[in-house]
Amino acid sequence: MATESKLLTINEEIKDEATNGLRRVHTTCYMCACRCGIEVTLEGDRIRFLSGIPENPVNKGVWCAKGGAGIMTEYSPARLSQPLMREPGAPRGEGRLVPVDWETALNTVTEWLREIRKTDPRRLAYFTGRDQMQAFNGYWARQFGTPNWAAHGGFCSVNMAAGGMYSIGGSFWEFGWPDLEHARWFMMFGVAEDHPSNPLKLAISGLKERGGRFIVVNPVKSGYGALADEWVPIRPGTDGALILAFMHVLIREGLIDREYLRHWTNAPALVMRAPGTPRDGLFWRSPAGDMMVALADGRLVPYMEARGEGMLEGEYTHDGIRLEPAFQLLWQEVQQATPAWAQEVTGVPKRTIVRLAMEMGTVAQRHPIVLPIEWVDAYGTQHSVTVGRPVAFHAMRGLAAHTNGFQTIRGLFDLMMLLGTIDVPGGFLYKSPYPKPVPPPVKPAPNPDDYQPNQPAKAPLLGYPTTPDDLLVDGDEPIRIDESYSWKYPLAAHGTIQNVIYNAASQKPYAIDTLMIYMANIAWNSTWNTLTTRDLLTARDETTGEYKIPHVVVFDTFDSETVAYADVVFPDTTYLERWDATSLQDRPISEPDGPADSIRQPAVPRYADTRPTADVLIELANRLQLPGFVEHGKPRYRTYADFIQLWETEPGSGVGLLAGFRGKHGDQMLVGEPNPRQLEAYAAHKAFWQYRLPDNIRYYRMANQGYLNWAHQVKFIGQPSMIVLHLYSEPLQTFRLAGQGLWPGKKPTNPELKERLVRYFSPVPIWYAPLEDRAEERNAYPLRIITQRPMTHYHSWGSHNAWLRQLLNENPLFMNPQKARELGLRDGQWVWIESRIGRMTGRLRLSDAVEPDTVWTWNAIAKGPGSWALDSESPEVTRAILINHIIPDRMAGREGDEFFNNDPVTGQAGWYDTRVRIYPSEIHEVWPRVAPRQPVAQPRAVQHMAYRAKGGGR
Amino acid sequence: MQLTIITDLNKCVGCKSCQMSCKEHNTSGAFGPVPDETPYQDPDGMWWNRIITMESGEYPNTSVLYLPKACMHCYDAPCVPVCPTGASYKRADNGVVLIDYDTCIGCQLCMWACPYGVREFDEEEGVVKKCTLCIDRLEDESLPPQERQPACVQSCPTHARTFGDLDDPNSEVSRLVQERQGFGLLPELGARPSVHYLPRRPAPSPVEREELEEALKERY
Repeated sequence: MATESKLLTINEEIKDEATNGLRRVHTTCYMCACRCGIEVTLEGDRIRFLSGIPENPVNKGVWCAKGGAGIMTEYSPARLSQPLMREPGAPRGEGRLVPVDWETALNTVTEWLREIRKTDPRRLAYFTGRDQMQAFNGYWARQFGTPNWAAHGGFCSVNMAAGGMYSIGGSFWEFGWPDLEHARWFMMFGVAEDHPSNPLKLAISGLKERGGRFIVVNPVKSGYGALADEWVPIRPGTDGALILAFMHVLIREGLIDREYLRHWTNAPALVMRAPGTPRDGLFWRSPAGDMMVALADGRLVPYMEARGEGMLEGEYTHDGIRLEPAFQLLWQEVQQATPAWAQEVTGVPKRTIVRLAMEMGTVAQRHPIVLPIEWVDAYGTQHSVTVGRPVAFHAMRGLAAHTNGFQTIRGLFDLMMLLGTIDVPGGFLYKSPYPKPVPPPVKPAPNPDDYQPNQPAKAPLLGYPTTPDDLLVDGDEPIRIDESYSWKYPLAAHGTIQNVIYNAASQKPYAIDTLMIYMANIAWNSTWNTLTTRDLLTARDETTGEYKIPHVVVFDTFDSETVAYADVVFPDTTYLERWDATSLQDRPISEPDGPADSIRQPAVPRYADTRPTADVLIELANRLQLPGFVEHGKPRYRTYADFIQLWETEPGSGVGLLAGFRGKHGDQMLVGEPNPRQLEAYAAHKAFWQYRLPDNIRYYRMANQGYLNWAHQVKFIGQPSMIVLHLYSEPLQTFRLAGQGLWPGKKPTNPELKERLVRYFSPVPIWYAPLEDRAEERNAYPLRIITQRPMTHYHSWGSHNAWLRQLLNENPLFMNPQKARELGLRDGQWVWIESRIGRMTGRLRLSDAVEPDTVWTWNAIAKGPGSWALDSESPEVTRAILINHIIPDRMAGREGDEFFNNDPVTGQAGWYDTRVRIYPSEIHEVWPRVAPRQPVAQPRAVQHMAYRAKGGGR
Repeated sequence: MQLTIITDLNKCVGCKSCQMSCKEHNTSGAFGPVPDETPYQDPDGMWWNRIITMESGEYPNTSVLYLPKACMHCYDAPCVPVCPTGASYKRADNGVVLIDYDTCIGCQLCMWACPYGVREFDEEEGVVKKCTLCIDRLEDESLPPQERQPACVQSCPTHARTFGDLDDPNSEVSRLVQERQGFGLLPELGARPSVHYLPRRPAPSPVEREELEEALKERY
């Protein structure tokens, strides 16, 4: 009751300020994952207008097409209205679902889960899509006791997250950001349009306003790329080679920041060169564990003692061990990466590569920014000014979604270190609570008996292994259903959602009982090899006739393709109907100038018999009496609103989901007692909280003592010590040693597993061809196929929105005209698009804005018939294409028996590696088509819609 | 006074924020609704602002340009004299071109006359509709001053759009048109559009040609 009455209070307060019968409610958008602050203007209960909140740190008052169209998402006919269960006797996948009451749905799932938890908690697999309550979901799954939880990062951009965390203790998007307020030269790699959307648009606008130079490296020129001062068309999956060549030129031209490397990175740290021994490639350390460096006079001293005077080159010996600075090992790798070599790999002319390297090096080293800001570093040195390198980069899935993505991204961070641009004005800036130690000190519990019946798991379920001993393996065998943290995908920091259905249906490494899916469209556009995946969801045991995945539970707001595969459906609310938090414990909305978080609050009444998913999970936790949720038989939280306000990371830690308005009186920030009126305080402050760091602790935060002390006080970091950046990755080398059989702890026995560790776990960045590029595939499938995300659509969420779907509802296949001439193809022609796992049709559109070896189309426009309350003759069904059908889920050849088409380091799905051949089609329509399913939300044959807020009623 | 919008093509990324904020504000506004036909089938709706994507040049020297196109609020608006009832008119006080739905007979002559194709016909109501420069926002004194501007200007995520009085030589829009060589579309047709666009402004490479040649010759 407390929550209900609070909601009324807040809305009444706002009503007092109302004008013209209009009411304004502040909340956080969820039309994509960007989390802009929005003002909902209401007329009665109807939405009059959605607009940006000017004071909000994310979007600063602007809003995009998706955000404005939120009105049509709220009133979408595709909304689910009540709990559903599969019709008795009906096969899964046909959408034959019948309405049930909440009690029936909750009881059914509670009984399944109770039995699982009592016997073998691993038999629950809970995977989520683009959810923004991962801190809560991870806690729920941990308290349940299964190791099998993750969000969608394995299919999205874990390479970016992990590549950054293992290099600088931060990364792009929620973890850090190009400082385009000060940058004069900005390079963006690949698809990054939506990570994040409005902030990036604002930042690019500022760069253009100041006349900054903007370089876009992308096979396709579109969106932000249209504004580029220079478009660098590149073959997909080769960016790593380009980055190595940039480093090659920068080092040879003397355009690197040697002082930066010596002071803040492990570039001078001495690496033991002792091939064939367990210490090969590890740092030589003092008895206290400090990395050692060489001084100019030949003395070898601990890193901190050298105070930035460590040598970057040379050969040293100690006790007969040969020692070399880490920088020298990087140079030995990039020495081979000449611009001429990179030209052959990337298709970018040598001349362009050299010039761009000289551009970034020149701007960084010869035109520094000097801000009149004093600061003190971790060596105790007082700096009278803050020096910045005005060269910034941004990248996301364009680099990440390749099977060489992790090492490519490691390369990008090393490039930034060479330029001296990490956390300096004009370069890359961390967002709170980052930087964290490299990598952040969180690890999942690694042993099979850490996951016991009726017990919570011993540690958080996701984290960052630093040696093979941290892996979740039993010998060679994975502990997790998705094989995360196994020898196959050791640094799977975000889990590997794309592996789950295949493994669960194959019952390898073991059978599960229940698959719970929250807002991930795994039966359509958030999967690969789609038709096979759909078959796997309905695969039956040949002897018993039972489904191999016995129970599928889906939480969703809309009648997605995946809903048809559910045994139980819990209907969620929209983002405008519930309490929610974007949290520093999760993927925060912080900006570089300080921590920030925000809330959602109900702006409109809940539709029909829907309930927020988090409330339902709390109800399930209470029924299951999960520890942490129920104490002494009494539930601690009735709703997610309670959880947001009352939960703490540890009892008494003073750290919870929201950092603002903590303490009994709401006057504390970051650390403080839970405040039972915290949401009310947020609602009164336009739904967000923000703290601006004082200038003297805003830069060089990995080594800024004032910052480190503050970050320690507010519990961002465990110790106020300097965070040394990893130019060289010792954790990666430990895995290589395990592959060589030299690591003293856990190591694999299977030769294939060993070879992968040796080949791919290089401690310095390397480039290797995407794993799809075996000679057989290169010859048979000469082109690469990729997608770009339209700025108007987010995954499958746009096409049931009456306004957004008018902006884009069919998608051709774009091809370079030169290539079309070569292949004898013409504009508008229907073609076969064939990959090694199958073929599909598409309609060709010739475009000079794509490089000749790439074809591309828009992401997630096509819809399955019967879903999303769309008419079955809608363009999304009849004229749009979904390339997920032909993206291979397994590796090519014999390796496909063992391995997914994933990055061998992190398990990131390599969906941008897909190779195809294109030839004329005799079929002049979209193929394959899937059989229509029975809709839950019925298509509405609306002829004419004239939306007016006035008048009320749905 | 001539109120107008200037769009900086050096900043427009074609995100269609302006297209959508126009629709969502105006459908419930004084000149709405902005209707949609068969919205859940093969949809075809009314939009007062549409973004045109243009590709030109041969690979790799390809140019991609986005152009938001709405009523140009012309000084010599061709849609006004052709209207048989006077429903299509230009406000004397601020230059905004509007349509009086009460007198519009739906003959669509103005749609034929408009050189820019920005007028759309509402078959249900039998009237022609188009961009009003959000006149209902501009003149709504209950709105905070910062919101008394067209929705598309307020929403634009790259701040590519600027609103103001083109007749005031000291206004921001006048300054931009002056300093950045602002241009109107199809000037040869003589409608004298008040809406202007600012051209691209490329930033050159900071590396001298000789320096690059030397490096290439000697080392690469």
